[in-house]
Amino acid sequence: MNDLLVVRPGPLTTVQDLGRHGVAHLGVPRAGALDRPALLAANRLVGNEPGAAALETTLGGVALRAAEPVVIAVTGAAAPVRVAGRPAAWGAAVAVPAGGLVEVGAATHGVRSYLAVAGGIAVPEQFGSRSADLLSGLGPAPLATGDVLPVGPAARSHPAVDVVPLPAPPTELVLRLRPGPRADWFTAEALAALPRQRYLVASASNRIALRTEGPPLPRARTGELPSEGMVLGAVQVPPDGRPVVFLADHPTTGGYPVVGVVPAADLAAAAQARPGTPVRFVLLRG
Amino acid sequence: MPDGILPDELLPDGLQPDGLLLRPVGEDALLVEADSTERVGALYAELLAQRAELPEMAEIVPAARTVLLDGVADRTALARLLAGWTVPARPSATGPLVEVPTVYDGPDLAEVARLWGVSAAEAVRIHTEPEYRVAFCGFAPGFGYLTGLPARYDVPRRATPRSSVPPGSVALAGPYTGVYPRSSPGGWQLIGRTALRLWDTGRDPAALLAPGVRVRFVAVRGMSA
Repeated sequence: MNDLLVVRPGPLTTVQDLGRHGVAHLGVPRAGALDRPALLAANRLVGNEPGAAALETTLGGVALRAAEPVVIAVTGAAAPVRVAGRPAAWGAAVAVPAGGLVEVGAATHGVRSYLAVAGGIAVPEQFGSRSADLLSGLGPAPLATGDVLPVGPAARSHPAVDVVPLPAPPTELVLRLRPGPRADWFTAEALAALPRQRYLVASASNRIALRTEGPPLPRARTGELPSEGMVLGAVQVPPDGRPVVFLADHPTTGGYPVVGVVPAADLAAAAQARPGTPVRFVLLRG
Repeated sequence: MPDGILPDELLPDGLQPDGLLLRPVGEDALLVEADSTERVGALYAELLAQRAELPEMAEIVPAARTVLLDGVADRTALARLLAGWTVPARPSATGPLVEVPTVYDGPDLAEVARLWGVSAAEAVRIHTEPEYRVAFCGFAPGFGYLTGLPARYDVPRRATPRSSVPPGSVALAGPYTGVYPRSSPGGWQLIGRTALRLWDTGRDPAALLAPGVRVRFVAVRGMSA
């Protein structure tokens, strides 16, 4: 079986697929790629099933050495790619020779690049997924220098002859918000004014949540909400009033009121928004 | 009962589920709110029993006053079905029973006994008396929130959380008893410990304390836990 040796893990590189399903009632987060379309594109480029596991980098890239020849593709955040010492294409299938070094450099814009290998990263599954879950510690730990990642058998079919367009640098993160289930915990004025408020992506953002800096959202009622189930994209408002958008590693239950939910289609952009990026909420009809 | 959100497209006029309130969440989830944790338990059991007959859904997540139905294929159809349901006030005691052998020597046992106005020995007797039920999980995989103690024994969280609570710690907070499945920070009052492995991903079931499971705490003498 082929494998990949981790030469440089980067600041935070994790194994991710489409995540865990059907186990939230046990307190198991969903995990999975934060930029799901980018993972799907990378898998498509190398001829993998959509749910094959790939690597998700964070800002600083990753470097790996392939034991045997392998086909890779890099998508998501734009970043320089080098294979066996030469510049290689971003967003396209690239052949790597035996012993070849694969280097994904620092992201030029965006946050998370996806490196898929034909055959997928074949670490063991837990609850039907190979994803690292940084909230609960399920799945493989973030990559460390010297780790050896098993690669599964590549599909017989030829990879799609295809390229993925390079994303434009985002100047603003626009998140649609469908109010509820606890919009009534906030004043009607606050909710109506939310689209005009200036928020920024906070540096404390991670795989669990995109945190914001900006004016606190005033509550209409005080007190505590009993813990309730949380969905992907839920916008929780903790006591400091700054909206927190739940991403893939979010806790399964939470006790702060959820003012609204961002549709999953908008979360890929959230996954790629760097700290300091302006955030604007657009209200959908509740 | 708090104000509900019952949009016209979800429920026809006049159709009101028994003791339940439906709130749409995002694009494809529904939050069903009940008037007590006990009724939530009954609703959760009913949802599991009827699941094959209901529109497909990815997750059924019980909590303190709600059950979240997430990834629902046809939310409107599901809401209409639930609107016709009558859910009993408490679940029938038919879930599997797990005994948790517990050494009651936790660092907060004396404080809990003081809050209850009893001796430490009496506090242990009180805690081993009821049959508990796992109301829901959260905080960490396999961490169950167990109900069963009478309300007069509610205790506050510790003013200062501990940075590390050992795995197997049996702890109290508010109306709940919990057992830490692994080492983690925690603000609950630690009254004892068990050697039972609450969470083991190599085992089926991975979580001993899944929602609906009945639990008894059995006092045992010290062990090298």
